[in-house]
Amino acid sequence: MGDTPGKTIVLEAVGLSIGHEKKTVVEGLDFRLEAGATLALVGGNGSGKTTLLRTVAGLLPPLAGTVRVLGTTPSAATRRLAWLGQFQNTNPLLPLRARDVVRMAFYPDRGLWHRLKAEDEQVIDDALQYFEAVAFAKKPISELSGGQRQRVYLAYVLARRADLILMDEPLSNLDNGGMELYGRALERLQREGTTVVVATHNLEDAAACNKALVLGPDGWQFGEGHEVLRNLPHHH
Amino acid sequence: MDVIQPFLDNAFLRNALGAGMLAAWACAVVGTYMVLRGLSFIGDALSHGVLPGVAGALLLGLPAMGGAAVGSAVMIGGISLIQRRTRLSGDTAIGLLFVGMLALGVVLVSRSNSFSGDLIKILFGEILASTPGDMALQAVALGVTGFLAWLLRRPFLLLCFSPEHAQVSGYSPRLLHMVMLAMIAATVIVSFQTVGTMLVFGLLVAPAATAALFARRMGVLMAGAGVLGSLSVFIGLNLSYQFNFAAGASITVSAVALFFLALPLKHWLDTRANRG
Repeated sequence: MGDTPGKTIVLEAVGLSIGHEKKTVVEGLDFRLEAGATLALVGGNGSGKTTLLRTVAGLLPPLAGTVRVLGTTPSAATRRLAWLGQFQNTNPLLPLRARDVVRMAFYPDRGLWHRLKAEDEQVIDDALQYFEAVAFAKKPISELSGGQRQRVYLAYVLARRADLILMDEPLSNLDNGGMELYGRALERLQREGTTVVVATHNLEDAAACNKALVLGPDGWQFGEGHEVLRNLPHHH
Repeated sequence: MDVIQPFLDNAFLRNALGAGMLAAWACAVVGTYMVLRGLSFIGDALSHGVLPGVAGALLLGLPAMGGAAVGSAVMIGGISLIQRRTRLSGDTAIGLLFVGMLALGVVLVSRSNSFSGDLIKILFGEILASTPGDMALQAVALGVTGFLAWLLRRPFLLLCFSPEHAQVSGYSPRLLHMVMLAMIAATVIVSFQTVGTMLVFGLLVAPAATAALFARRMGVLMAGAGVLGSLSVFIGLNLSYQFNFAAGASITVSAVALFFLALPLKHWLDTRANRG
């Protein structure tokens, strides 16, 4: 599908160069995503997938060009954005139960002191249920396995009810059941018109997205998922 | 041996208990974040970085607390300057400033006629000479840091969880970090006079570390650290009174001893939970 007029542009990069400090990783990116699109970022280690996600999330400034998120700058769009980074280094001392992590999804909306509403708590419970995480919702996050923790983070993303979701390797540590739940969630988000960007090593996961952006040493390629991924050299 | 009677008999001990407990609760609030975010080294550096400020103020006949405030401002400013201008790690920046400020403090104190006496006063404080005025100031500082910790509990929790997460949730991690450092500095500045720079650090890190072994909620951790800190003050003052030990150091030793007593308890609870 092309750019149908009337559909909101959720993410737009124009001549965007990304990198850390002065070291450019990818140059001159041009692409736009409509509401409800799912985009897979594919590429090897160090190809710039995480850097691009971080730039879109406003964690890194663009080195050149512009990136527009929901019609504004990334840092101005944070309230309508959900971000799932790679959380391997979660502080084991932090006295947080799994459910407390999902509750953080409402911190941007409820501000410093407004209590979470009863319906917020319901959304949190539903998200935990969706990822079959209710059984360990009251356990300290530090006592969960990597896969259980990833389910909790995915529940957080779902509970965030964002317009744009950015996820870095969302399948990491998930068992088959977890991956299946993730796949269902992705379909549901797509149906509901949520735009999703996923950085992934997993080509099957990438194929579940309708758009793909391949980042490689010789440049980048953006387009319909099945077309771009078909041309990909089989490096896995 | 009666552990309550000494406090009923002696007003100076009651004042010491009051000042010590106020310090313990203020330290519990900021110490919790210090332990959770791994800022112990910067807390240590801050509590000793005040030394040259205090020594300078003593030499010039100015209020010690003003000197302490200048000392900690130089410390925080210096650390962030090194971090911004060089590729050296935060640890190195803190270490440089820490040892430099401590040495400068000793150089300044060595000018005074009662060198070791002054140094020991600054390091371990004069808790037995606490006045109601000291306590009033400590109570204000406790109120302010306590209020800030309550007001910013959500962004602070996000910051502890992941600074990037705090940023994506719309908060500035750098600003939050600076507020946290300012809260640690304020606690050090108002507490060191009664309990000393060494003891402030002990109360900042030991009770919070002990509570962190057991707590599963943020509020429980903070309150637990406050109770453990207060208990350390009570035990330390008793030891000091009964056996004529130095008061400030006895409190520090008690706080650290409680941590090492808690370790086997934690181990026992964990093995029991795994078996059950």
